Amino acid sequence: MEATKEQQTTSARAIDIETLQRGQKLDIGNETTCIAVKYFNLFYGQKQALFDINMKVAKNRVTAFIGPSGCGKSTLLRSFNRMNDLIDSVQINGEMLLDGQDINKPSVNVADLRRQVGMVFQKPNPFPKSIYENVAYGLRLQGVNDRSTLDKVVEKSLKGAALWDEVKDRLHESAMGMSGGQQQRLVIARAIAIEPEVLLLDEPASALDPLSTLKIEELIYELKDKYTIVIVTHNMQQAARVSDYTAFMYMGELIEFGATDELFTNPSKKQTEDYITGRYG
Amino acid sequence: MSKQSMSSWLKNGTPWVWLNAGAVSISLVMVIGLLGLIAVRGLSHFWPPDIVAVNYSEPGSVPITLLGEIVDKETVSALRLKNAGVDLPEGQSAGQRYLLKVGNRDYFGLDFRWINGPWMMEQERPEHVVAIERREWGHFYGYLAGVKESGEWIAKGDGAWSELQKRLERSNGLVDEIKQIEKNEIGEINHGLESLRLEERQLELEGVETGSLQHQEIAQSRKDWDEKYAVIQQTLGDLYTSLNRDQMMMIISDGREVEIPLSKVVVAYQPNAMSTIDKLEFYFHEVWKFVSGDPREANTEGGIFPAIFGTVMMVLIMAILVTPFGVIAAVYLKEYATQGPMIRLIRIAVNNLAGVPSIVYGVFGLGFFVYFLGGNIDELFFQASLPSPTFGTPGLMWASLTLAILTVPVVIVATEEGLSRIPRNIREGSLALGATKAETLWRTVLPMAAPAMMTGLILAVARAAGEVAPLMMVGVVKLAPALAVDSIAPYLHLDRQFMHLGFHIYDVGFQSPNVEAARPLVYATALLLVMIIIVLNITAISFRNRLRENSKASEN
Repeated sequence: MEATKEQQTTSARAIDIETLQRGQKLDIGNETTCIAVKYFNLFYGQKQALFDINMKVAKNRVTAFIGPSGCGKSTLLRSFNRMNDLIDSVQINGEMLLDGQDINKPSVNVADLRRQVGMVFQKPNPFPKSIYENVAYGLRLQGVNDRSTLDKVVEKSLKGAALWDEVKDRLHESAMGMSGGQQQRLVIARAIAIEPEVLLLDEPASALDPLSTLKIEELIYELKDKYTIVIVTHNMQQAARVSDYTAFMYMGELIEFGATDELFTNPSKKQTEDYITGRYG
Repeated sequence: MSKQSMSSWLKNGTPWVWLNAGAVSISLVMVIGLLGLIAVRGLSHFWPPDIVAVNYSEPGSVPITLLGEIVDKETVSALRLKNAGVDLPEGQSAGQRYLLKVGNRDYFGLDFRWINGPWMMEQERPEHVVAIERREWGHFYGYLAGVKESGEWIAKGDGAWSELQKRLERSNGLVDEIKQIEKNEIGEINHGLESLRLEERQLELEGVETGSLQHQEIAQSRKDWDEKYAVIQQTLGDLYTSLNRDQMMMIISDGREVEIPLSKVVVAYQPNAMSTIDKLEFYFHEVWKFVSGDPREANTEGGIFPAIFGTVMMVLIMAILVTPFGVIAAVYLKEYATQGPMIRLIRIAVNNLAGVPSIVYGVFGLGFFVYFLGGNIDELFFQASLPSPTFGTPGLMWASLTLAILTVPVVIVATEEGLSRIPRNIREGSLALGATKAETLWRTVLPMAAPAMMTGLILAVARAAGEVAPLMMVGVVKLAPALAVDSIAPYLHLDRQFMHLGFHIYDVGFQSPNVEAARPLVYATALLLVMIIIVLNITAISFRNRLRENSKASEN
């Protein structure tokens, strides 16, 4: 609750700190920047998918990306941990700075980057292993095999993902036997077990029932104390409920970015207004 | 049926259901028919049938008595019978012909005889007729006259039966003992002497002069072996003398009294006096002897254990070779290689490899593995034993390798399929946790693809176990002197030739001097081959199912 109050006051006195060529605002006030995106373009082969994106992601805040299907919000999200590297035809230019360091520099170790920037996907994708081994996966990758350390981290992460009470008696059973909502929280637990700095959520609740969605949203709310969260969502109510900042994207361009309250109540662009009032998209 | 309802019957798909169900039933009937035929023909061979005594009179010759088993019966047209000199009564259009197994090849020349039904005077089943399975010359049928020990009568007439069984047990025990000694101890001595010879040859190659210390040592150990051999020779001589002590006197169907040494008798039984339970016991005993025994008499008698062993051994070694090779190739093709025209070409080539006739692989195996690889291995490591080849000759190793090449496309295709079925989000999940591509493969993708690899292996095993043609060129023989595994180091002899069930079928069926006797064995061996393939497959399938349970893919 405290965080929201602080957030509300921040956004109330938000001022434009940078006004860029296309008139986009990087409106995170004087909060600490976690990720800064500057003139970021992305191409799938010949086709351009992202056009001159400029924005900042505030530390320990929730930033939401909204926009119609195919607008490039997932592509932008996947650029934050270089998941787009997996697609051969992708080419990028522009800068993407995590704590001031360009993540696309050749010297950056992608595995290290992804350890810093965790990701949760739309469909729950637990590994066909036990619940315990799912959570311990990231640590085992780093060579941590000490039983007591693993036990501690697994418990802490599952508690962090609000799953511990439900699964503590069946840690060594297969994760495939859990419900969809539980699986998604397990995936979040798996991501926070390696203590990333940023957590990217790609429509984390779109495949879940309303009750599970509620739990995920509550979880996001709790997690933002410790992590910077970027979430892609189709659900505008969800964006309004969980996020501090919202970016509206359309056809590969960042149309408007600002504090969530302001963007939803007083959008400065016509397209944004049309979208959030449901007139197109 | 009106036009209306006919078209609606066509429209609602019922005919297709019938068509599909019909196709399935026909396949089922064919499979069951195939298995049923070889099972019935093969398994009935071991049942001890009653022996009939037939009074048979061919026109123009003296009536004779024949003693034997009726193994086949056929109806022949009157015309054919007439050509054979048989006149049927008016109005009868066909008559019977019987195939009688009369045995006693050494006395009659032929052990099977066709007899014409109309000439059969009478037929009875004398209770005391004895059937004997001999180590040479096939079966023997006759009446027991008595038992002799070193030429002296011990028992005569009916009372001789129990005496005979007692003495048979003893002689069979002695035969086993002799066999053990010949196989193990003499085998060891031969091995020792052979390695001494090789050592000597090695010294010669190295240019060490005769009379050197090494030569003296070799001479000394050779003397030791020779001494050991003399002792064993003595024991064997005693055993043989003891074995040849007893004889049985038999009266055959033409009234002659003949002597059979007990050392030549495997088992003597009176089928006509046996109850069904006795026969069942005898039956299972025979089946066991078939499965566990060594072949005799140009493979037409005895068991087929070496062939079973050879088949299983070869398939296992093939599986050990083909799995890692195929999986690694598939992982490269699917995961690492840049998907382009080159890879497509390779993939087409791999798929087409599966269609190359297997004999071609045999030719390749002979040319490349046996002559080139084996020849070079001999040059490098077994110089001393040249010119007699060690690996430069067909053997278990080369046969397994040839079959591994033959089946590798199957494993590659199945593994690739399994890899492409792993959902992308599982890979991404692993990568997003900071795993490299190799770590993702090793920790997540490969375990999940393991069931697919097992499927490939199952198909490979099924194909390899049934393959015969290429093996004839790279290692299978009609009769292998020794199993590939024994008690002499290094225990597993990959250079040895081996026997194989498939080749055994071919050999018994087509190369046997005694066609009638071999026919049931062909069925029995075929049945066994099918059963071994089934057992191998069931093992692999249950293993795969266990893997599957451990790594169920995400339910999407």
